[in-house]
Amino acid sequence: MSEGLTASKARNIFYGGSLFFLVVFGALTVHSHFYAVNTSTNAEGLTDSVVHGKRIWEENSCINCHTLLGEGAYFAPELGNVWVRYGGRDDPEGAREAIKLWMQSQPSGIEGRRQMPQFNLTDEELDALADFFKWVSEIDTQNWPPNDAG
Amino acid sequence: MKYQSQKVAAYYFYCAMALFAAQVTFGLVLGYIYVAPNFLSELLPFNIARMIHTNALIVWLLLGFFGAAYYLVPEESETELHSPKLAILQLVLLMVGASGAVVGYLFRVHEGREFLEQPLWVKLGIVAAALIFLYNITLTVLKGRKTAITNVLLLGLWGIALFFLFALYNPANLTLDKIYWWYVVHIWVEGVWELVMASILAFMMLKLTGVDREVVDKWLYSIVALALFTGLLGTGHHYYWIGTPGYWQWIGSIFSALEVAPFFAMVVFTFVMVWKGRREHPNKAALLWALGCSTLAFFGAGVWGFMHTLAPINYYTHGTQVTAAHGHLAFYGAYVCLNLAIITYAMPHLKNRAPYNQVLNMVAFWLMSGGMAFMTFTLTFAGVVQTHLQRVNGEYFMDVQDQLALFFWMRFGSGVAVVLGVLLFLYAVLMPRKEVVTPGVKTETVPAE
Repeated sequence: MSEGLTASKARNIFYGGSLFFLVVFGALTVHSHFYAVNTSTNAEGLTDSVVHGKRIWEENSCINCHTLLGEGAYFAPELGNVWVRYGGRDDPEGAREAIKLWMQSQPSGIEGRRQMPQFNLTDEELDALADFFKWVSEIDTQNWPPNDAG
Repeated sequence: MKYQSQKVAAYYFYCAMALFAAQVTFGLVLGYIYVAPNFLSELLPFNIARMIHTNALIVWLLLGFFGAAYYLVPEESETELHSPKLAILQLVLLMVGASGAVVGYLFRVHEGREFLEQPLWVKLGIVAAALIFLYNITLTVLKGRKTAITNVLLLGLWGIALFFLFALYNPANLTLDKIYWWYVVHIWVEGVWELVMASILAFMMLKLTGVDREVVDKWLYSIVALALFTGLLGTGHHYYWIGTPGYWQWIGSIFSALEVAPFFAMVVFTFVMVWKGRREHPNKAALLWALGCSTLAFFGAGVWGFMHTLAPINYYTHGTQVTAAHGHLAFYGAYVCLNLAIITYAMPHLKNRAPYNQVLNMVAFWLMSGGMAFMTFTLTFAGVVQTHLQRVNGEYFMDVQDQLALFFWMRFGSGVAVVLGVLLFLYAVLMPRKEVVTPGVKTETVPAE
């Protein structure tokens, strides 16, 4: 540590610099906020059903097994692109049915296989969840994940 | 113990250690579910157990920070706490909230954002507890001597409370949700918690090595400056793939790569202080934990963080076991070791004894740290293999996971070592032997504090 630096100089650098970086970070956050609302996500497509789907996602704590856009637990597959993986871009109805059937057939009970609980969702709730997955899959994520495997 | 009111710290440390035991127990269960997936699958599904594992960790670390503050602030400020009664009230509030949350989780009562699963009433309880704490500690600092250590500590603790408020904001737009979720998660562990960490380490260096305060202060401010200069914009490394602008790939990569700097500075700081120090402090175990803290934080948070923080690399490793490896060693090195260091240092004072059970405590350090290091290696290998098979070759998630079984078995084994280390630590700290241990033959030139 150089001799020229005193504790009070270091303190002033700390306070001044931190404030500077906080302001820059805040400004970039504001920009990113509007970018998310106007550009990268489908704000108009954020229907009641999608919002309901997000709530179901939260109420059942899906994030503590799965990842969503790479964040969450690493115990079960990525679901940010599950809609795409199930072929939803070409065949939305088929993907929706496949997701609902999957949810209804859990847990598999197969020995040595990771088990997903049965969440007893109604048909309407399953539709909302599928809508949520569809909406998430359309977020501009800078081309992440690298492939459909998620 | 110079001030009677410091005594409240002991209660915080007891509660912290109880939750620590719960945290690692649930960790072990999770590690076992990875290798035997049908275990408790109906009674205690993975998502519920993980919630308890992570929440218990966060709460016990916070309890440790609060305990550390109640221990060191009177000593630094040279005055009794403003109100020990409020400190106890705060602890009761936190423990009611924490146990209420855990029992609720077992019955599937929770919110749904990762780490912020606490029901609203618990979140509000946490805010109330934080307000009581800040009121109590701030008044104590204001009426006494002001030091760099209390300044930085207080700033860190205020930051913890302020940024927690973002936990109450949950927008319907997932991208916005994630942007502000990181305001709590990242700015805590890679921002304001580092302020708490640096100030507690500075306090311990002052006490354990007897180096001049002026020197410690200079280091402290330099370290926390590095931490916030890099850590705030370093949040950008979480904004690569969640629907945020592409410029974060540049900002996040550059600033988060520099996040290694404050951790490296803490290593240099602790080792230089010990090397320069004039004091032979009898509490060798506390010194070991303090040095272990800066070293393992440097590897866990610094090196393992850098490993996957550059955007072109993170594109492939994001959300794999590489992240799990980094998360485990970073939390262990930076914050678990920090708390165990201050607990090891403070408990003998709080019990009014000479340092005791030091050898056991040091064995616990090596067992726990060895276990965590091995766990980190196995998860890193698992993550690298996963990245290749899944992100490069495009094999499906579960097919890849099946091929990682060997690593998960080794991770479970290392988890057993960690739990044994924790039990040993708890025994060493909580069960003082009847006879007081004499601190070796070295003569002390400066009296220990």
